[in-house]
Amino acid sequence: MISTPKTPLMNPLFRLQYEKVQDGYVLLFPEGMIKLNPSASEILTLVDGVRTTDDIAVALRKAFPDAPEDLEDDVTTFLQHAEEKKWVVYD
Amino acid sequence: MTNQASQATEASQPTKATTPPLWLLAELTYQCPLHCPYCSNPVNMEETFNELSTSQWKKVFREAREMGAVQLGFSGGEPLLRKDLEELVAYARELGFYTNLITSGIGMTEKRIAKLKDAGLDHIQLSFQSANADVNDLIGNKRHSFKQKLNIAKLVKAYNYPMVLNFCITAQNIREIEEVMTLSTELKADFVELATVQYYGWAYENREHLLPTQSQLVEAEQAINRYRDQQSGGPKFMFVTPDYYENRPKACMNGWGTTFLTVTPDGSALPCHSAKILPLTFPNVKDSSVQNIWEHDFSFNHFRGDDWMPSPCKTCDEKDKDFGGCRCQAFLLTGDMHKTDPVCDKSPDHHLMKTITDKAGQQASSTLKFRTVKNNIPVKMIQDLTV
Repeated sequence: MISTPKTPLMNPLFRLQYEKVQDGYVLLFPEGMIKLNPSASEILTLVDGVRTTDDIAVALRKAFPDAPEDLEDDVTTFLQHAEEKKWVVYD
Repeated sequence: MTNQASQATEASQPTKATTPPLWLLAELTYQCPLHCPYCSNPVNMEETFNELSTSQWKKVFREAREMGAVQLGFSGGEPLLRKDLEELVAYARELGFYTNLITSGIGMTEKRIAKLKDAGLDHIQLSFQSANADVNDLIGNKRHSFKQKLNIAKLVKAYNYPMVLNFCITAQNIREIEEVMTLSTELKADFVELATVQYYGWAYENREHLLPTQSQLVEAEQAINRYRDQQSGGPKFMFVTPDYYENRPKACMNGWGTTFLTVTPDGSALPCHSAKILPLTFPNVKDSSVQNIWEHDFSFNHFRGDDWMPSPCKTCDEKDKDFGGCRCQAFLLTGDMHKTDPVCDKSPDHHLMKTITDKAGQQASSTLKFRTVKNNIPVKMIQDLTV
């Protein structure tokens, strides 16, 4: 039995945006801002409501072929964190 | 209000701005259909006039955004009274701001809420004076405002805006905190600020009436925790307590001139929205660029860093946590804006807090001073009283 990979979607409460002055991506929400680190940014920019979690890991592996072996695990862990923080939601 | 002499003698090497103003509060107008006795606007109602034009506001937004500002609050007064609100929101959104509308809801219509959505408005924060219709209408001194607010809250959700509700908590309504939380859940708010009023502006004038007692605050906190414990989903509640009962001051504005920039209706640029009461001369966006103001103006540099700090702040190991507290509070309570915030129990003026808090709960609400032109209180008079 193989579980179907889930498809994350950005929570409309948050807006992901590149900020030149911050030299990276930020999450904007009512009266607040979270600065994202580079790997979190790479993952969240791939969250579009179409790609599954597996698709995101595959796309990242393709973009960063020399990334460490645990890249796929990192994606899973980060997306769990992002779900807890309500940055991403699942239907 | 000027006090040039004291500024000239205190000139020292100013600490440079090291961060951009991330948060721009645009107070579009001080006009408001409500008359709340705790309004944070200046008690000098003459400052109501001479508002910036549409193009002057656009210049402010453009210049702040170029420096890296990301959050823009459209506030007031009641920002809906500006007929160019939609145009300003659209412009700000196009620049890349996260746009927040901070409103009483009075004057909002479905047509406008739809137009603001088209303009790209990101979020609406709606204020309530109470969860009880009569109390709400009494505090805002406007009939039927509660009913109107309920309708607007439903429209905000119907148009898929994130909704923050802001309840100003005072001695008049602190006992009904559970009703407030129930109402917020029914209205499907995303975040709820249970904000005990801070004592500036009109709230300072009415402080003895508004300040809850310590036991009322403890009971409120217990009620909030009980509600949170049985919550599954629903709004996230944030309880803001008044610092009058604390032993350490708040990190006001995250440090003077580090994060926040307020521009008032007439274009004055301030490091916080209540700073105009201070004996400093603040610059105006009509005369200078936002960057020039932020980086070089005397008033913005005056309390940056810790060069300005008095004892006991100067040698305190917590000075990087609270930056000496709030300059406006130090000024209002001691008459000297350079002193340690008296909230701190290391301050030689800390005893002032107890004389104030001892009086909490002893005043009848019937003598509240509502915010109207009739109650206009010249700023000069407040300064004379406190010095």
